[in-house]
Amino acid sequence: MTTRRRLPARPLGLLAALAISAGAILHGIPAYADETTAGAAATEPPRVDLVLDVSGSMRATDIQGKSRMAVAQQSLTEVIDALPAETHFGIRTLGATYPGNDKTEGCKDTKQLYPVGKTDKTEAKTAVATLRPTGWTPIGLALRGAAQDLGTGSTTRRIVLITDGEDSCAPPDPCEVARELAALGTHLVVDTLGLAHDDKTRQQLLCIANATGGTFTDVQSQQQLTEKVKQLVNRAGTTNRVAPTKATGTEQCDTAPMLTPGVYSDREKFAEHRVYRVNVRPGQELRASVSISLDRALARDYGVLLKATDPRGQELVRGTDAGSGRTDVASTGVRWSSAGQASASPSSSTAKAEDMVCLVVSNSFAPAPGVGAEPGLPLELTLDVAAASPAPDGWSAGLGRGWVLLLVLTLAGLLTGLVFGWLARWRIAVWREN
Amino acid sequence: MRTTALRAALLAAGLPLLIAASPSPSPSPSPSVSGTAKPVTDAGTSFLTAIALGTGQGADVAASTGDYLYWAFGAAEGQTTTVDVTVTLPPSAERHGPQSWSVELFDGLRRRQSCTSGPQDATAETAAGTLALRCTLRQIRSWAEPWSGDPLPGTYYVRLTAGQVPQNDLGLAAQVKLRLTSKGGAGNAQPEGGELRAPLVPPVNAGSPAAAAAPTASATSTAPADRAVAPEEEETHWYSAPFQGRNTRWFWTVGGGILAALAGVLGYRLTRHPRGGAPRRGPANPGPGPGPNAAL
Repeated sequence: MTTRRRLPARPLGLLAALAISAGAILHGIPAYADETTAGAAATEPPRVDLVLDVSGSMRATDIQGKSRMAVAQQSLTEVIDALPAETHFGIRTLGATYPGNDKTEGCKDTKQLYPVGKTDKTEAKTAVATLRPTGWTPIGLALRGAAQDLGTGSTTRRIVLITDGEDSCAPPDPCEVARELAALGTHLVVDTLGLAHDDKTRQQLLCIANATGGTFTDVQSQQQLTEKVKQLVNRAGTTNRVAPTKATGTEQCDTAPMLTPGVYSDREKFAEHRVYRVNVRPGQELRASVSISLDRALARDYGVLLKATDPRGQELVRGTDAGSGRTDVASTGVRWSSAGQASASPSSSTAKAEDMVCLVVSNSFAPAPGVGAEPGLPLELTLDVAAASPAPDGWSAGLGRGWVLLLVLTLAGLLTGLVFGWLARWRIAVWREN
Repeated sequence: MRTTALRAALLAAGLPLLIAASPSPSPSPSPSVSGTAKPVTDAGTSFLTAIALGTGQGADVAASTGDYLYWAFGAAEGQTTTVDVTVTLPPSAERHGPQSWSVELFDGLRRRQSCTSGPQDATAETAAGTLALRCTLRQIRSWAEPWSGDPLPGTYYVRLTAGQVPQNDLGLAAQVKLRLTSKGGAGNAQPEGGELRAPLVPPVNAGSPAAAAAPTASATSTAPADRAVAPEEEETHWYSAPFQGRNTRWFWTVGGGILAALAGVLGYRLTRHPRGGAPRRGPANPGPGPGPNAAL
């Protein structure tokens, strides 16, 4: 009878052992450790320069019965009150000082009202309140001035232009100036707000905004102006970390710049090819995407092509996108991983010529009549190299595979055996008693 | 004898149901339609500056007609995400003609992704007050060949634009509401067993050109902070891997084990009593020995 007591203990022990080993096997699955999100903190504060038109036309009273100047001043006061603490904010005026009729004098009239930096809110508000509509509208010059106020840096900076009229001082044409500032690669974005609603002003402000990737708003009310400027100032805070490195692609692969993962900016003219190189080892996957911004008036249909080739010019993969109509950017991307998996010895740490991949960026944009080709269209290239993902195994014909399956089958069989065995035992015991 | 065996077999057959029911494998991640997160009030103006949306988070943004608005969200394998956009257009009195808006989706490589249901673009007549747009992404696959454009786990970008607008309507104030809903989870991702080693989350850090001769030793993945919004990692434990599959498989596998065991017992019994009726003689010796011994 003692044997009958002991026997059930044996399968139980076996069961426990199995469970423990199962735990040990499954424990091999890596748990995702908390990744420290430290680092990459913006070292530079967001910078915004507000360019305010104080030309004579700002006297017009056509916004809800108030003068344009009064509306702008009241809005700015609210904006300054709501400034985020970390934002460096400055104000530049145009047409604020010279009341005369001499165009050459009037068109030099732009000055820094409040320097870009930590803002003393009271001082800034006082400075805004003293402004009186006076002179001419040298927008182009004011933009250049604002770009200088903001200084150089590696992060995106914003100019918010509030004006009520077209530039009365061209040259320099403000749109050309905007394009020139964008081409400097200093990450300037100009957002424009128009207080007048005539077509010429709108055209000009749209052109400035498009050239730098900014926005254009047609202001209809004071509240709208206030909210929009607040939004733009906040946007400067959220976007200031992001600024691509400038790279210059070449026409040929063997002279192309060697790039590592990250974001790059470049310029590409109509029908130009830009080539970049990147090192992709066996077992790695190349991920590249390219965006070409449409920063000027272009012909209706367009396309962009990103082609990856090997150093000899053999095509590996291509990505295309085409479209028509109004858009800001045409973009496409490619993934590619070497088919020869791990054939190269991983010990060779030096870059081999075979591991080189050339990325050729080309476009099929055409300028609208009367639109200049210089400088090229802004191009943004994003590169990444990640681990290649092998193909999953195909159709399984209903069959299973893997250690988990074996374990589950074994456990199920064992349990069934135990239950069946105990049942049989119990029946025999019942029999004997009868 | 036969009836007892039958009864035992019936009892055992009922077992798989019990076993299948008891471990209660965790169901595939529930559709995250929570929408409890506060909507964001801003939008980016380019892919690089797209504002990240969390799961179920929406956006409510004051925009200007003609703005290009960008948002980014993370999508995991097996999910099917729908983007709903409602545009409150500027007052009819200020508009000069019909406007057409469109919502477009791009994957982490900025490749255009198709919508499986729409309308992706719509035109509002001058009198209309609002415009509704919708785009449902294809189900995210667990793996795809590098040369294909299939949707993979990673970052997705939403771009909302006014495509055709009368020139003098550009810049007018419009209000944009966006809602993200996603359903499905890793359990039904195709292809089965496929895995993308690294999700398609693009870096957003500034790159550094390497000298032509230098090996790209730094070509390893960058810090997570330097990346666009990634699909939310589900909390994983050592036991979660086998439980995230389809639940019916547990039933089949456990049932298979039981059938195998029963078949084993059956086979053993068949060989144990070649002449039949052997154990009649007395109390059975519990050891496995007696069968072959009796045969000898």
